[in-house]
Amino acid sequence: MKSDQRVPQDGPATTPAAAPDDEAVLVAAARQGNLEAFEELVRRYESRIFRLAYNITQNREDAEDVTQEAFLKGFEHLPEFHGDSRFYTWLVRIAVNEALMKLRRRRPNELPLDEMIETEDDLIPREIVDWGPTPDQRYEQAELQRILADAIARLEPPYRVVFQLRDIEELPTEETARLLGLSVPAVKSRLLRARLKLRDLLDRHFRGSDRRELPGS
Amino acid sequence: MSCQGADCRTLLRELCDFLDGALDPETAQRIEAHLRQCDDCRALVDTTRKTIEFFCRTEPVPLPEDLRRRLHDLLASRLGRKEPS
Repeated sequence: MKSDQRVPQDGPATTPAAAPDDEAVLVAAARQGNLEAFEELVRRYESRIFRLAYNITQNREDAEDVTQEAFLKGFEHLPEFHGDSRFYTWLVRIAVNEALMKLRRRRPNELPLDEMIETEDDLIPREIVDWGPTPDQRYEQAELQRILADAIARLEPPYRVVFQLRDIEELPTEETARLLGLSVPAVKSRLLRARLKLRDLLDRHFRGSDRRELPGS
Repeated sequence: MSCQGADCRTLLRELCDFLDGALDPETAQRIEAHLRQCDDCRALVDTTRKTIEFFCRTEPVPLPEDLRRRLHDLLASRLGRKEPS
């Protein structure tokens, strides 16, 4: 394994969602070399890991490679998984490291690791429009998926990665910071920008009929 | 935003922690009191919360069949020859 390919060690529980009851049984069997048990784990999580990889890399070929490598390394390093977190959370850490390596190779200048904390001055929305209670019901599911995917793709990588980890994978701020080599304030700053940018991108689709032009906007 | 007051800026600065329920009670209560008075900030909180919810609850699309087949074939060929280290 290359020196920059970190496989995270098992850590504290991080994801609030409960694991399926038989996951521990499957993991234990896979640790004994039972390929069928591991393939069942792959089937459960392949779509989520692929989505994570695609959302970060925005490249299908890279996302396929990341998905494959994440599961291969997951199997090879199963002895290092001690069950203190969900298996999926552990797998996410591996996949994120793989995806970040792909991203850095393709776009070496787009994932800065500096600790610059942006101010919120340029984040103030010029116009706030209520979306109503169920704005998503205006769209078919496939169209909604396309809208969300397009919005994620338009986020710059530093914000896209933080949003993926914090809001979609539901990793805690501290663990997100550790995975990305950032400080907690930097993660919070990027998450705020990511959320507001995505809100703006969705706004054009979801804004209701009670649009209010604000004075001075 | 039409209002540029201190409470609006506090809301913007603390928006993530407020949405995540990670604020200390005193700051949270101050923001909630502001939201009762400020339509813009209330709309900002509501639409940002909905944004997060859309992404959270959308299920990933199943893998394309060709990719799934390749993934499982690769795992079988690579892992079938080795035990976990």
